[in-house]
Amino acid sequence: MSDLHTSPSGESHGSVSSYIIGFVLAVILTVVAFGVVMSHSLSPSGTLTALAVLAFVQVLVHLHYFLHMGSGSEQRWNNMCFFFAVGFVVILIIGTMFIMNNTAMHMMSR
Amino acid sequence: MLGRLSFSAIPLDVPILVGTFLGVAIIGLAVLGLITYYGKWGYLWKEWFTTVDHKRLAVMYVVLALVALFRGFADAIMMRTQLAMAYAGNPGYLPPHHYDQIFSAHGTIMIFFLAMAFMTGLFNFVVPLQIGARDVAFPFLNNLSFWMTAIAFILVNVSLFIGEFSQCGWLAYPPLSETQFSPGVGVDYYIWAIQLSGVGTLLTGVNFFVTIVKMRAPGMTWMRMPVFTWTAFCASILIMVSFPVLTVAVALLGLDRYFGMHFFTNDGGGNQMLYLSLIWAWGHPEVYILVIPAFGVFSEVVPAFSGKPLFGYGTMVYATCSIMVLSFIVWVHHFFTMGAGPDVNAFFGIATMIISIPTGVKLFNWMFTMYKGRVQFHACMYWAVGFMVTFTIGGMTGVMMAIPGADFVLHNSLFLIAHFHNVIIGGVYFGYICGMNFWFPKVMGFKMNETWGIRAFWFWFVGFYFAFVPLYVLGFDGMTRRMNHYDNPQWHVLMLIAEVGAVLILLGIVCQLTQLYVTIRDRNLPANRDVTGDPWNGRALEWSTSSPPPPYNFAIVPHVHELDAFMHDKENGIDTRGAGGPYAPIHMPKNTAAGFLVGAFSFIFGFAAVWYIWWLAALGLIGVIGTIIARSANKDIDYYIPAEEVARIENEHSRKLMAQAAE
Repeated sequence: MSDLHTSPSGESHGSVSSYIIGFVLAVILTVVAFGVVMSHSLSPSGTLTALAVLAFVQVLVHLHYFLHMGSGSEQRWNNMCFFFAVGFVVILIIGTMFIMNNTAMHMMSR
Repeated sequence: MLGRLSFSAIPLDVPILVGTFLGVAIIGLAVLGLITYYGKWGYLWKEWFTTVDHKRLAVMYVVLALVALFRGFADAIMMRTQLAMAYAGNPGYLPPHHYDQIFSAHGTIMIFFLAMAFMTGLFNFVVPLQIGARDVAFPFLNNLSFWMTAIAFILVNVSLFIGEFSQCGWLAYPPLSETQFSPGVGVDYYIWAIQLSGVGTLLTGVNFFVTIVKMRAPGMTWMRMPVFTWTAFCASILIMVSFPVLTVAVALLGLDRYFGMHFFTNDGGGNQMLYLSLIWAWGHPEVYILVIPAFGVFSEVVPAFSGKPLFGYGTMVYATCSIMVLSFIVWVHHFFTMGAGPDVNAFFGIATMIISIPTGVKLFNWMFTMYKGRVQFHACMYWAVGFMVTFTIGGMTGVMMAIPGADFVLHNSLFLIAHFHNVIIGGVYFGYICGMNFWFPKVMGFKMNETWGIRAFWFWFVGFYFAFVPLYVLGFDGMTRRMNHYDNPQWHVLMLIAEVGAVLILLGIVCQLTQLYVTIRDRNLPANRDVTGDPWNGRALEWSTSSPPPPYNFAIVPHVHELDAFMHDKENGIDTRGAGGPYAPIHMPKNTAAGFLVGAFSFIFGFAAVWYIWWLAALGLIGVIGTIIARSANKDIDYYIPAEEVARIENEHSRKLMAQAAE
């Protein structure tokens, strides 16, 4: 910390090839998702499951190739912030579902 | 060509607004004229508007906050005066259309532009100095954040004279805020002001989070961090997690209004209750974003004026962190009456009550810090003790309202208004003013006048009780908030007492202005100069620098050996400054106009979007993006202060210190 103006993090910021791999994977996953919906090849519930799986993989691809998250020790802050954010998002989503479902039930608005 | 904008948008038929406009225009022209007369435009532009120095940005934030205070308070006293008049058939002097804009603007301005700006000002000034850093992590973003906040405030004020402001309260609940019920531009002004200032606030949160994580001086472990820095850290985290929720909620409302979507409408499958949930998932953390730094201020002030270390540093840190986490799971208490069942309401009611435990821990810590200390009743301590008394009452009425059954009686009554003013004035405002009195000598190099500071405190303190205790009673009597007129004669006398309170608070503000005037007038009196940089025998690192600190803060980055680093060094005869060197050249960021330009273009964009002037909005947006690209491509963003210059500044300060010691 003696020189405060060196690069603030020592982590890798990726290479051209890693960005291209990430981009190609993201495009493939997106195209497949559209394909599943447009071809009607799966049952409605199967389509939803496939979309959920594809979306989850898509998130992992983005995190790995674009946000450079990994398991290395220098990634501690990145990972900590990420899981903290995920925690709050989960609180928000589950809380909102809890509140809105309960309200809808009591107000008979559904 | 001009979208919805036409001459009829200028409210020439409202005499109050015309008068206000004339007043603002005259004062504004006088200020601009004086700046031109003294030839200060170049100075302002080069040294202030384009600065990336956190200390100068802090001053600009506080000036912005004080201007917002005047606007917000003008709204407040107008509302009180209306309600003191408008009973038993008397319509008062504010028609509902105007009155509704006033209470909406009052809330919006006080939270977003007084409290948030003041808080950011304190962060900016104190945090880098307390952790031994030379600036924040992203100095340019810091300047950009300021301008986004400033232009959003200007946008709100433009709505006074061109068009109208929102009439839907400070959170613009749908369906009232939807196009069907609010077809005018008021809600659009609100939406764009919130969105633009939200950008600034979010960047501030990121900036201070990274600064505190990455830029602490060597040896400053987490548990050696001053409590104010801890509170800034927790508030930054809350900003980062909660402001995106606000942005999304208001953006969805904007989509409803601009593109005819149905997120929160009555028809088309919309659900306005979801807006309440989203906006309060931001709104509750928001009030903790404001009050946690105020707790931090008291945790610095009380030890300094008690001559003792803070009692229970560890519990203070853990209490701050647990308040931070708990604040994210209580948001339903703002809408217990929305219709959720007992299981939802009980969960959030209990979670709310639990917050009072860490808050109580803090109060006892401050009191035990004073206990058996050599308490000096400096003006700062008046604000601190006034806070402890007032905030405790506000906290207890809050716990009352956390009981869902009680809330069904008190919801949206004046009891609620009294409660949150009790914690926001008694907690946030008292805290920030206390901090201003405390750190002013560090910012300017001279102390604030104490006599007028104490007078301001007494007017604010007594005025607060006169203004808000009647509202508690009125709330129990069933008077609801946002009422334009009423016909219950029993309420009238209480409203008159509240009006007296508002006038007392006005006198408090006058005293504060006088305090500033007297302070600046007497700045050269020897008793007021802060030569040593340590006027209160302070404990944290900010007091180890000169007052005002040099542009680079620390010529030699200090090593931290203990909690209360500077006090430890003083007691052990260590020279924190490392006077005498050797000094190295210091790497500094260059001033930049990019923040100002992005702000100016954003203002054009926001104003054009309010009035549907799409070509102008496109120009504004292109300006924003173009400026950002140009700034990113600019490599000429830094410079070095040569070692000789550093040595000259430091030796000059050492010489002053020795002269002072010799006297």
